[in-house]
Order: sequence, then structure tokens, then C-alpha cells
Amino acid sequence: MSDVIAPETAAPAAKVETPFRRFVSEFFESRIATVALCVLGLIILLAVLAPWITPQNPYDLAQVDVLDGRLPPGSEAFAGYTMWLGSDGSGRDLYSAILYGLRISLSVGVASGIIALAIGMAIGLLAAYAGGRTENIIMRVVDLQLSFPAALVALMLVAILGKGIDKIILALVVAQWAYYARTVRGTALVERNKEYVEAAQCLGLSRLRVVFRHILPNCLAPLIVVGTVQTAHAISLEATLSFLGVGLPQTEPSLGVLIANGFEYMLSGRYWISVFPGLALLFTVVSINLVGDQLRDVLNPRLKK
Amino acid sequence: MTVFIIRRLMQAILVVFLMSVIVFFGVNVIGDPVHMLVSPDADQADIEATIRRLGLDRPIWEQYLLFVSGAAQGNLGNSFIFGEPALKLILHHMPATLELAFSALFLAVAVGVPLGLYAGLYPDSPLSKGIMAGSILGFSLPTFWVGLMLIMLFAVELGWLPSTGRGDTGHILGIETSLATRDGLSHVLLPAMNLALLKISLAIRLTRAGVREAMGQDYVKYARAKGLSTRRIVFVHVLKNIMIPVVTVMGLEFGSLIGFSVVTESIFAWPGMGKLLIDAILQLDRPVVVAYLMIIVLFFVLINLIVDILYSILDPRVRLRDQGA
Repeated sequence: MSDVIAPETAAPAAKVETPFRRFVSEFFESRIATVALCVLGLIILLAVLAPWITPQNPYDLAQVDVLDGRLPPGSEAFAGYTMWLGSDGSGRDLYSAILYGLRISLSVGVASGIIALAIGMAIGLLAAYAGGRTENIIMRVVDLQLSFPAALVALMLVAILGKGIDKIILALVVAQWAYYARTVRGTALVERNKEYVEAAQCLGLSRLRVVFRHILPNCLAPLIVVGTVQTAHAISLEATLSFLGVGLPQTEPSLGVLIANGFEYMLSGRYWISVFPGLALLFTVVSINLVGDQLRDVLNPRLKK
Repeated sequence: MTVFIIRRLMQAILVVFLMSVIVFFGVNVIGDPVHMLVSPDADQADIEATIRRLGLDRPIWEQYLLFVSGAAQGNLGNSFIFGEPALKLILHHMPATLELAFSALFLAVAVGVPLGLYAGLYPDSPLSKGIMAGSILGFSLPTFWVGLMLIMLFAVELGWLPSTGRGDTGHILGIETSLATRDGLSHVLLPAMNLALLKISLAIRLTRAGVREAMGQDYVKYARAKGLSTRRIVFVHVLKNIMIPVVTVMGLEFGSLIGFSVVTESIFAWPGMGKLLIDAILQLDRPVVVAYLMIIVLFFVLINLIVDILYSILDPRVRLRDQGA
């Protein structure tokens, strides 16, 4: 990317201002986005460190005591530690269960996001660069798929595929690749007609090299924005499917599964079993969306003052 | 024009055909309903009788042909669980879903447009900023989570509204609906709010953008110059103009309301098609799943077809581009 933006940054300046530094300083201009990024960082850190900072491995049956079931927040567990967020129906410490659930939710969301991005990017670039009939067919398929809501596509797929972490990721990838493909193709079409591409072609560079080393890096900005928003979407979609009982099985308790487990207790006033996992989901999705919003504002040259 | 419609119609048929193949083979290759339906202590003869009764012993392509010829006659197979025709079952549950979707659409417009109007007229007031922040939340909160919170607040804590089922139904124009009785209305309110939330956010944003654009236009300046009151300008001149795109988009979103009703119906135990689908998936009731998916595909293909044709009438460029391709 740097070789393309270089002429701008070469302007005489006392302090070296790289595009990256400018990007960082613009990003942190928004206080909300800064807070959201910190919250997101904290959430990821908690999820990664879960085994070391929780009093209990909620899926090691030896550590779970049924007598601890449905305790309100702040109660003391049989094993002696305090359950700050209470416990669920089978006696699992909710704080531990949420951190372990975050790990699953985040990995499913990020994995499906990355795979969908890779596939959508390849197909979008192919459409933009091949043109003609290939592009026509690809874009027809993309349009067709986008005419169905992503949630419905994912639901239809899990109805067919069944439960399981691999099947959910597959369903989320199929439900989302088209968004990436459309974004990449749109940007790549604009980039393809720019002078630097012509220059690269005149130098006799191979097609692949032009596409991947010259066009692709310049399509990254919108791709990153779509990527963050779609990842948040994937996480909330997985939680929805798991909540409905058609997503992840009980053996892979993501946040959606935890919320579903607590639903039956909610009507009897034991709110915490559903509410705390729900809040964790909420903070995750909203903070990713806020970060994505700010990224769009910063990366979109049309909005620059 | 005719050529365009015929092309689009053929595309639509192709899509329905492809989806029928994918859906049917997908559902039939994965999952084994025999184990779900035959009790564990049944002997081999029982199992074989069940397999023969359900037609599961035939080759899969033969099952598919049976399915297609059945579908063409309006018969998408019998439900394994209820023993009734799957299509009949779905059609039976459809009014409840449509009722919910229409109520949500109504709420979205009734709540979203006034809020968007305010936010557009006074973009700098704190209330407007609050409305916009709320609409961002509306976009990013998962539907099912909001549903849970609505139940917790209004049904459990405050006890104002019931949280499950349809309540008493009455008849309006011969259609059985919850909207006809007080009790039914109180049952509709929470699920409809839940389903409407995303669309309320959408309506707010569309209206606000429309108002902000319209206020700078010549016809507003002219109306002001004529000495009309602000109230009249906003509610007669501006609102009339911005309602066209708002109504169009909200109409287009109707399909997605039907899709999302799966989530809301499951939470509020609303006896519609969506809940039927989830139950059918959990019980491996394949004919119902297949029938639902086919109907929803048909539904969306139909909506898209109508939209395409309407757009091509409104904007001939769409039609020309299609022919050039």
C-alpha cells in the first residue's frame, strides 16, 4: 500500500506523518470509538485469558456442583469462591461460563468472517477483472443471494445441515460471502481504470501480480469496514441460531446457548442466567459496530474534510 | 417490456427449481428420520413398515420426482409428526405470522416516521441525538435479546402484558385474528414491538435523511415565501414527498419481517410459520421443513419479481441494461 500513497506523504513536513499514523490519530478523535475499542480489547483479552482468570472450568464436570445451581449473584460456591454473577441451572459459575462462551462466540464469528472474506474477495476480484459473461453470472448469483436476508439464508442452511460448530461456520460463510464479493468488485472496478494500474500493465507485469499486488491493496479499506460489521453480524447471528436451538450444541456453549439455557428460568424471576451472557454479547456486538462505524468514517475519503 | 418480464419469470422459475433440488437433497441426505420416529423397542418389521409408509426405501431421485410432482399438485408431503399434509399445516399457521408482520410494519411506520421527522427537523437538539443513538442500538442489538428484555420488563417485572401465545382471537372480515379482541391486541403488542425494532430504526434513518434533504429544496422555500405555517409545510408538503421512498423501502422489508419472525415467534411462543419451522427442525420433521423452505423461497422470488417489474416500469434504464447484458 505504501508505494501507492507515497507521493502524498513525501510532501515536505517537519514531522514524518505516515498514512498509518494519520489513520490512528483520526481514529482516536472520536471518544465513543476510543471507548468502544478499549471495551473490545478488554473483551478479547478476557476471552483469551479465560482458563487463567476464572475460578472454575465450567465444562469440567468434576469442578461443577449441582448443589450450586441457580444461586443469585454474589453467592458463595460450595468450593469456597464467590460467584459474582451467580450460577446457572446446573451449578456452573456464570462468570466462568461467560468467558468460556465468549471464546466460542468470538472464534466462530471471526473464523466465519475470515473465510467469507477470503472467498468473497477472490470471487469479487475475479468478477471485476474477468468482466463479460463471468462477471455477469457471478453478479447475478450475488444479487440473488442478497435478495434474501442473511439470517434467513443461515437458518435455511442449518435446517438442512444440522447442528455443529463446523456446520454453523459453513452456514455463516455462505450467508455472508456475497457482501464481501459485492464490496470488492465495486471497489476493484473503480481501481482498475486508474492510471497506476495502466502503468503496472505497461510495465508488463503479470495479471495476477497486477490484481493482487496493485489492485487488491487499494480495495482493502472498504473491505476492512465491511469485515468488522459483518463479523459483528456473524456473532449475533450465531447467538440467534444457538438460542433457537438450531445452532451450536450444548457441548459447545457459546453465549447464545447460555442465554437459551437461562430463558426457562427467566419467567420465574431468575434473571441473571440469561441477562449476564446477554450483556456480554451486547457489549461485544455494539463495540465492534462502533469501531466499524469509526473505521468507515476515517477510511472513506469522501467524508474527509 | 414483455420480453423483460418473460426473462425475469424464467429466471425466477430457474431459481425455484434450483432451490427445490438443493433443499430436498440437502434435507434428505443429512439426518435420518427413521430413528426419530420409530420407538427404540420396535422390531425390524416395524421399522421397515415405517420406511415403506414414508417412501424412504425408494432411490433418492425417485423420492425427489415424487416430491416435485406432489409439489406441482400442491402436496408437499405429509408431516411425520402430525400426519397432516405439510402444506396445509404451514398455510394454517400463516395468518398468525402475517398478522404479526403487518402489526410490526404498522408499528415501524407509526413510531419510526414521527421520531425521524423530529430528528430531521431539529438535528442538533439533544433529543434528536438520543433518537439517533437509539437507532444505532436498534440496528446492532440482536432481535432475540431485545425480545428477552421485553419479556423480562413488561411481562415478568411489571406484569403489564402477556408474553406467550396469541390470546383470544376474533373475526374481522371472516379472518380469524388477534387484532379483533382486547386480549389478542395485548398479546400482539410485545412480539410486534420486538419484530418492529429493526424496522423502526430503518424508518427513523430514512425519514431523517429525507427531511434534511427536503428542507433545503426550492418547493419548501417557495412555500415559506408564500407565508405558509411551518406546521403546514412539514406535515403537508415535506411529509408527502418523503413518504414515497419510506413506504417503498418499508414495503420491500416486509419479506425480511417474515424471515425474522422465526426468531420472535420462538421467543413469544407465537403459533406462526416460524415457530412451526423451528419445531420441525428440532423434531426432524422433514416434509414440514422442506415445505416451509419452498414456500419462503417462492415468497421471496415473487417479491423480487414484482419489485423488478415495478422498477423497470418506473425506470426504463433497468430494462435496457438488462437487455444489453
